[in-house]
Amino acid sequence: MHEMSLAEGIRSIVEDSAHSHDSSRVERVVLEIGALAAVEVEALRFCLEVVLRDSVAESAEIVIDPVPGQGWCMQCALTVPIAQLYDPCPHCGSYQVQATGGTEMRVRELMLAATHDQPEH
Amino acid sequence: MCTVCGCGSGELRYNGQPASQRDKPARPGTTSQAFRPRAGDASPWGQAAPPRAGARARDAASTANADAPVDTAGRLDFGSGPAHAHAPGLSQAQMVRIERDILGKNDLLAAANRSWLATRGILALNLVSSPGSGKTTLLCETITRLAGAVPVAVIEGDQQTEFDAERIRATGAPALQINTGKGCHLDAHMVGEAFRRLHIADDSLLLIENVGNLVCPAAFDLGEAHKVVILSVTEGEDKPLKYPDMFAAADLMLLSKTDLLPHLRFDVARAIDFARRVNPRLTVMQLSSSTGEGFDAWLDWIRRGLAGARRPTAFQESRT
Repeated sequence: MHEMSLAEGIRSIVEDSAHSHDSSRVERVVLEIGALAAVEVEALRFCLEVVLRDSVAESAEIVIDPVPGQGWCMQCALTVPIAQLYDPCPHCGSYQVQATGGTEMRVRELMLAATHDQPEH
Repeated sequence: MCTVCGCGSGELRYNGQPASQRDKPARPGTTSQAFRPRAGDASPWGQAAPPRAGARARDAASTANADAPVDTAGRLDFGSGPAHAHAPGLSQAQMVRIERDILGKNDLLAAANRSWLATRGILALNLVSSPGSGKTTLLCETITRLAGAVPVAVIEGDQQTEFDAERIRATGAPALQINTGKGCHLDAHMVGEAFRRLHIADDSLLLIENVGNLVCPAAFDLGEAHKVVILSVTEGEDKPLKYPDMFAAADLMLLSKTDLLPHLRFDVARAIDFARRVNPRLTVMQLSSSTGEGFDAWLDWIRRGLAGARRPTAFQESRT
């Protein structure tokens, strides 16, 4: 959903961080997107390509690290892997599973070009 | 802005008046500019993710893309796929760890809203549902029943028109209409602006009626105490599974229009079971705005919330 809003948020974070490190070009952007974060990676890449044009991260490599979904099973008192919010516990089959991991959407790291390496435009 | 439902940030209006110029203008070269591939452009994404310049996401099923949706037995699944290779570079570049949440800006504004509300003892509820679930009727009935006991103010979010705010004002409660223009959800900035334009009494109830949409409003914290999701019995009982994010984000589900149950094949127990599969901690209440059935429990729930709304210290946990 709303991947364009997210892409604009990413651009703003990337621009702020590049600026605070005196860098004028970003070579790689590493994102962490949880499996339960309701983000379509495909749509996000499409939006980023549009939104990052003419920015410090134009033509940067976009690396998206998926974070697997995790939930706390109240019956087993265990952390279990889940792929959807409505998945049952793989051990006991109970639906008393509260999502605990894989909901994050984060810009984790940036590869900044050396400062003398100016962009072409 | 949403690529799924086509919303945008332009045309935002408060009570029919355009938002001030402080609202960010569209950036040239981004939203207003049509996407076009550059001739001879090498893949900027590396081999893990070939770009489909100009291609619609849905066309991607035929490409050998790691992010491409999985097509199994006539169903396109955009939710699965292998991880990307992370090829380390060999430049003199510098790797910087920043660890910033993509929705961090909204969450920061939401935290400010939450603090503003807590110091004034205002209980804010964010009401979310699909269009036509009866949110506005439910609000009018709630306001009428609380009249004289609890002051209520309402922020209405709709894409266009002031119809809903007019219906609320007819009950005597102050209401501010936010027209999101092309937007599909309210965000924390819009609601913070509304605080300054609407008279909200201390120790009162603030009802925020979000844009009728079961998808996008789930992700945007407004600073509310609780999201309340409304599911009417004229909708399918499988909605909690079809739109799980909203039911996961909510603390309370109101199953509304229960007076119509005798005329429908709607399995209440199944609907509640599906909702609790998504969110085991969800509180569920059944009510009807037409007959008033179930309203006592709902109003008691509000009164309990109001009793704990005032917090002199800053922030309550924003989200789980």
